[in-house]
Amino acid sequence: MNTVVLTKGVPDFREGQVSFDEDGHLERGETPTVMNPNDEHALEAALQTKVRRGGTVSVMSMGPPGYGDVLREAMESVYADDLYLLSDREMAAADTWATAITIATALGKMEPSPDLVFAGFKTADGETGHTGPQTCWAYGMPIVTHVVSMEVDPDAERLRAKRLVEGDIEEIETVETTLPAFVVADPEFEPSYRRAEHRLRHKDLREETRERAGEHEEHLTVWDHADLNLDPDYIGLDGSPTVVSSVDPIPKAPAERDATMVDPESDEEMAAVVDEMAPLAGGE
Amino acid sequence: MTERERYEAVVVGAGPGGAAAAAALARNGVETLVLERGVETGSKNVSGGLLYAEASAPYAIDDLFPEFREAAAERPVTDYYLHNLAGDRVKTFDITDLHEHDTEWSDAVLRRKMDSWLAERVHELTRETGGGLLTGVRVNGLLREDGEIVGVTCDELDPIEADFVVAADGVNSELARDAGLMDWEEPEEWFQGVKAVVDMPEGAVDDRFDLDDGEGEAHLFSGDLFEGVRGGGFLYTNEDTLSIGTVFHLDSLVAEEAEPHELLDALLTHPLLARWLDDGYEELEYAAKLVPDSKKVAHPSPHRGRLALVGDAAGQMQAQGPIIKGMNHAVTAGALAAEAFVEARSRSDPDAAGALYERKLREEGVMEKLRPRRYRAVRTLAEHDPVTDVLDAVLDSPVGRFGVRALGDDLERLYGSPFLSMMVPDTRTPYVTLPTVIAEELGDPVETKNGVTPPDLADRIGSLTYDVDVGNPHIELVDDAVGASGDAVTACPVSARDFGGGCYREETVRTNGEERRVVSLDTQPCVECGTCAVVADTDWEHPRGGKGVEFRQG
Ligand SMILES: Cc1cc2nc3c(=O)[nH]c(=O)nc-3n(C[C@H](O)[C@H](O)[C@H](O)COP(=O)(O)OP(=O)(O)OC[C@H]3O[C@@H](n4cnc5c(N)ncnc54)[C@H](O)[C@@H]3O)c2cc1C
Ligand code: SF4
Repeated sequence: MNTVVLTKGVPDFREGQVSFDEDGHLERGETPTVMNPNDEHALEAALQTKVRRGGTVSVMSMGPPGYGDVLREAMESVYADDLYLLSDREMAAADTWATAITIATALGKMEPSPDLVFAGFKTADGETGHTGPQTCWAYGMPIVTHVVSMEVDPDAERLRAKRLVEGDIEEIETVETTLPAFVVADPEFEPSYRRAEHRLRHKDLREETRERAGEHEEHLTVWDHADLNLDPDYIGLDGSPTVVSSVDPIPKAPAERDATMVDPESDEEMAAVVDEMAPLAGGE
Repeated sequence: MTERERYEAVVVGAGPGGAAAAAALARNGVETLVLERGVETGSKNVSGGLLYAEASAPYAIDDLFPEFREAAAERPVTDYYLHNLAGDRVKTFDITDLHEHDTEWSDAVLRRKMDSWLAERVHELTRETGGGLLTGVRVNGLLREDGEIVGVTCDELDPIEADFVVAADGVNSELARDAGLMDWEEPEEWFQGVKAVVDMPEGAVDDRFDLDDGEGEAHLFSGDLFEGVRGGGFLYTNEDTLSIGTVFHLDSLVAEEAEPHELLDALLTHPLLARWLDDGYEELEYAAKLVPDSKKVAHPSPHRGRLALVGDAAGQMQAQGPIIKGMNHAVTAGALAAEAFVEARSRSDPDAAGALYERKLREEGVMEKLRPRRYRAVRTLAEHDPVTDVLDAVLDSPVGRFGVRALGDDLERLYGSPFLSMMVPDTRTPYVTLPTVIAEELGDPVETKNGVTPPDLADRIGSLTYDVDVGNPHIELVDDAVGASGDAVTACPVSARDFGGGCYREETVRTNGEERRVVSLDTQPCVECGTCAVVADTDWEHPRGGKGVEFRQG
């Protein structure tokens, strides 16, 4: 079973980490890059497959060379065997379409070819949820989204998954598909290890990875557009059909108390304030 | 459906008993799975703890784990004292001879460090057989087929089959209970141990006890400081900490309605301890656990079908007079059980393992230590209230006191007698009356002031680590009447009268205009000592794997 997990570095949106400029635009340079939080579920799903069915796990990301740390983090949590970084200037500023083309091409170049590709649900910065489906379309494999639990049968080359369907009420739907397949793990994904042998294997992998992660660069393959035989016109900014019409600043969190702006120069407004406060001054 | 998992042997619990069994099984090529409920091995365990290697025992821990002493133990005990206390009068006996009798070595240990070290070795050994050690897994019962035991069931895993199941799950063994081999009914059959690990400034252990490299001390305390509760206190030196605690008969604790933490405080604040403790007293951990009294509960036939009980699970915890020996017997029994299975398997009769184990316990002399015949003789004679009353009265009378004075230092020799220590009756006389009289007649007053202020119960609970299984309490009150469960309010080491932050408390409820006093339970601060399994009417289980209290010292 050869699996690939797609992961992305995103700005660390946690309080105290993220910086915005005066206009409310994200300051990328000031904000540390971390693994997209939702990707953790994809990593867990991939790890579960490796523990139960053996094989290898590769982690793939597209981004600047600095993403090495994100990949290392991913390696440690999924006990990955190999890391792939798709990185060069031509790929930069890609929209989901151009990203999908690039990733699908890289998946096609992998040897042996992947049986399962995992991705997390939406990235924390783009929030589109498009990259996964577009990659599948470009690669030509079925996609199963919102997966909360799964089991593969490598002999029958089939995947059986439970997916969370949100409607008026939440439902769990069981689906089956052939391999290779693309799995988008839902944030509700729960790995399950109910056999001792699986937990023991998990423990073995942790030991092995501890050594590997120390020298993760030796397990890292970097591919640029030439390695992937991609025409720069079809990737990166040039290959992105998406037009960004405008960017709204992230709204500030509402204050706990209601505030009314008052112009101190305006007698009328100041008089209103005095009226409002007068009863309080009287001790009420 | 996938096939059931199966191992040749499953060992439940990775204390000294389980570690020994698993290592011995694995060394003989038996595919062995070890299941431990703690988040890390050792995180659930508490002992005093002096670990003995007995010369007469067929297995000691360093036979099975050669680097044990170097890597996992604290200091060896090179001097052993017993202090008889009455008020501020103290008469000290040197009982190093008793301590050294049949002893190859004896080290103080802290269980988190010891057990987690053992677990790593055990995992390496068992992994080679195709098994291994898993933490965070609680075994919740025996797997049966047609009434026969064929394996175990767990909270976290699907049922597992095995040819041999070793229950090394300690005191309050759920497996022993499930098999009908042990019950948790009689307070007379148990001790309650309570312990504080005390931080010492750098070099203070060496300075204050006047110790050199490779030296350590043990001190025991008995007399009138524990409100008449039968039992005593201990102090052992670790590398940079002290283990100070108490061990009391549970029935006596209940009868006197004593608060365990207050008895510990009585020891900590006794003038004698000012020698070693000052007002900079800093407690690292407060912990408690039940301790079986082998004289009463060591199961003479600790097996059923494919199941064998070892260590505390089988009640194999020997109180040899004032010296407490549980860990060493757990090690011996674990290794003997493993030996029995290996032999039975080689004769293609694995089901004979249990009977063979029982025979080994007898032939190797383990059973005689646990349930000495001599004690049984003394017990029938001496453990009657009228006899105790007479003995106490005589001791306390001018005649008795004259006797004590006349014996003087010969008493030290008598106390140091291994022969007599096997027979000490379980009454007030040896625990309270005799030491008090000895201190009064022969002791000298201690002048020093003790400046220790022990933390209160709320602080002690507050500094423990818990991973509470919210909404899934592991103990449930079956009968909340004060008559049925009220004893737990005082006996629970993390509860007390007039303390709202503990597990048990008494409350008044009004129903239909009637007022009723009831007991209520909140398991959040529970340290899983097992006391209320015996003294209250409860449905008592251990928490799920990894949940509940986590001891860092033990
Ligand atoms: C205060 C105190 C002082 C003591 N002093 C001494 C002393 O000085 N010297 C001495 O030799 N002995 C002493 N003892 C006794 C000694 O601690 C025990 O006899 C000894 O630990 C028994 O070892 P064991 O392996 O049988 O059980 P334990 O050490 O209790 O190990 C049992 C293991 O099983 C695990 N377990 C339990 N239930 C389950 C389950 N359902 N599923 C999975 N795992 C489970 C537990 O987490 C634990 O790791 C003292 C005890 C106390 C409380
Ligand atoms: S609730 Fe019971 S098991 Fe828990 S600490 Fe109190 S007496 Fe011990």
